[in-house]
Amino acid sequence: MTVSQVVFILLSIAALGGALGVVFARNLFRSALALVLSFVGVAGFYVLLEAELLAMIQILVYVGAIAILIIFAIMLSRRLMSSETLPWNEQWVGAVIVAVVLFAALVFVLIRVDWPTAEAQVPPDAISLLGQSLVSPDFYVLPFEVASVLLLVALVGAVIIAREQ
Amino acid sequence: MGIINFILNFWVELGDWVAGVLSGWGVPQWGVNLIADIVGVVILLVVGVAAVLIFTPMERKVIGRMQDRPGPNRTPGYGAIQAVADAIKMLTKEDIIPRNADRFLHMLAPLLVAVPALLVYAVLPFGPRLVGQNLNVGILFVVAIGAVHVVAVLIAAWGSNNKYALLSGFRVVNQLLAYEIPMVLCILTVILFTKTMSLQGMVEAQTVPYFVVMPVTGLIFLVAALAEANRSPVDLIEADSEMVAGYIIEYSGMKFAMFFIAEYVNMFAVGILISTLFLGGWKFFGLEDLAPVLTPVIVFAKATFVIFVMLWFRATFPRMRFDHLVGFAWKFLVPLSLVNLFIAALVVKIPVADPVQEPWIHGGVMLLANIVVIIATAIILNRTARRVEGAPALKRIAAVER
Repeated sequence: MTVSQVVFILLSIAALGGALGVVFARNLFRSALALVLSFVGVAGFYVLLEAELLAMIQILVYVGAIAILIIFAIMLSRRLMSSETLPWNEQWVGAVIVAVVLFAALVFVLIRVDWPTAEAQVPPDAISLLGQSLVSPDFYVLPFEVASVLLLVALVGAVIIAREQ
Repeated sequence: MGIINFILNFWVELGDWVAGVLSGWGVPQWGVNLIADIVGVVILLVVGVAAVLIFTPMERKVIGRMQDRPGPNRTPGYGAIQAVADAIKMLTKEDIIPRNADRFLHMLAPLLVAVPALLVYAVLPFGPRLVGQNLNVGILFVVAIGAVHVVAVLIAAWGSNNKYALLSGFRVVNQLLAYEIPMVLCILTVILFTKTMSLQGMVEAQTVPYFVVMPVTGLIFLVAALAEANRSPVDLIEADSEMVAGYIIEYSGMKFAMFFIAEYVNMFAVGILISTLFLGGWKFFGLEDLAPVLTPVIVFAKATFVIFVMLWFRATFPRMRFDHLVGFAWKFLVPLSLVNLFIAALVVKIPVADPVQEPWIHGGVMLLANIVVIIATAIILNRTARRVEGAPALKRIAAVER
């Protein structure tokens, strides 16, 4: 077994263990922290795949923004000091069915698709290539601009909602 | 001549010499690299932690002098080894865990605070070849590590099961997220000029220190970095006058010491980061070519100067009110840094035929634009202040108070 395989297994344990922790933790705050662990594990996969930029963005956006906003929402909405909360509610049957169906669909896709692997090494200036392809008309400028317009709309909406009348 | 060269290039020569000796002993190449990496990690850790021993007495001495009092002066060396006395005191204190605290998270938080603080040192450049790991996303790494710090503080705030700690947890999210945005926008402005995200590349691209080229960006970054490092006057997360030290309220002994160490390690990292981004890093008027042995000294001197300015802030300004602090970030720093980013994006597109002159011309235009921005900001603020003075709501409040 090579070093990268050992690292991959450790990261998988972190990512999957974190994901299980999200579902099974008896406490919402601990669930959110397990989610952070899972996100960090995924960032580790990106490092292993030599996609450093993606790894850093993963930590910055998912740990730094999304997970923290989730924690913030929990802090605002729950009775925090009562530490035990039940992880189940009356909708667990439906949730199990949806989760199993989704998992089956993912497994189906994973098995059926013939995943192509690139022969070439990751180029050293991958980041600038990525940046150029995001704003080049031949590649992804349209989705990039659409996404930025969407974010702008969300931002303006937030300002209007928060504005004092 | 050989010996002088050896001294001037001491760090590189030393590294090559040790590598040569190890190869001579029959150590394979990967072993040599492994040993070199481990030595580098140990040195960076020692530098980070030694910062605590140096900057705690410095902080107390400098602020003491600014407030016209002697500061610590009972330990030998006119108070110079005060930090050692503090450390011994910390070690002898009782380790308390509150009865209803989440024990695991309560213990985890001090570790999670200290580790990211030290991780940042992995990418900070101390010389042309003196850098732990020259990541091509170096600056992004630093910002991402900051996100882990926020999580660690939240864990401390929640894990202590204390109302004041929890309140400071709310403030953490508010303050650190608000100031992260102008900080990242300023970094983006610098990246536009350097055309690289590697910290080493940023130093190399800096012909003129960027604090001269874009003073507005530099000042915004300084304020945002103060808030991120949680230093007075913007240390609202642990403001001892309102929330009795906030998230560290329940920590004692060595666990408190971990938070304390992390704060100073962070502060030193911020000092080095500001000197790298805005003060030219390990460059100092050609001295780095003349005597490469001095590059770490140059970095430390610049970082110490930045920390001195931070202490100056602390001794001079009163602590801000929390809503003012967050409002300042969202309503003032974010728009201003956006304007600056926009200007920088235009300036770097000015075509210059000669690549040697390019940084000078771009830098000059940027400086002019910055001066215009400063004047415009002053005029707008002045007008807003006048309008607010005459605002009916404020008059009503004033009437009620009377």
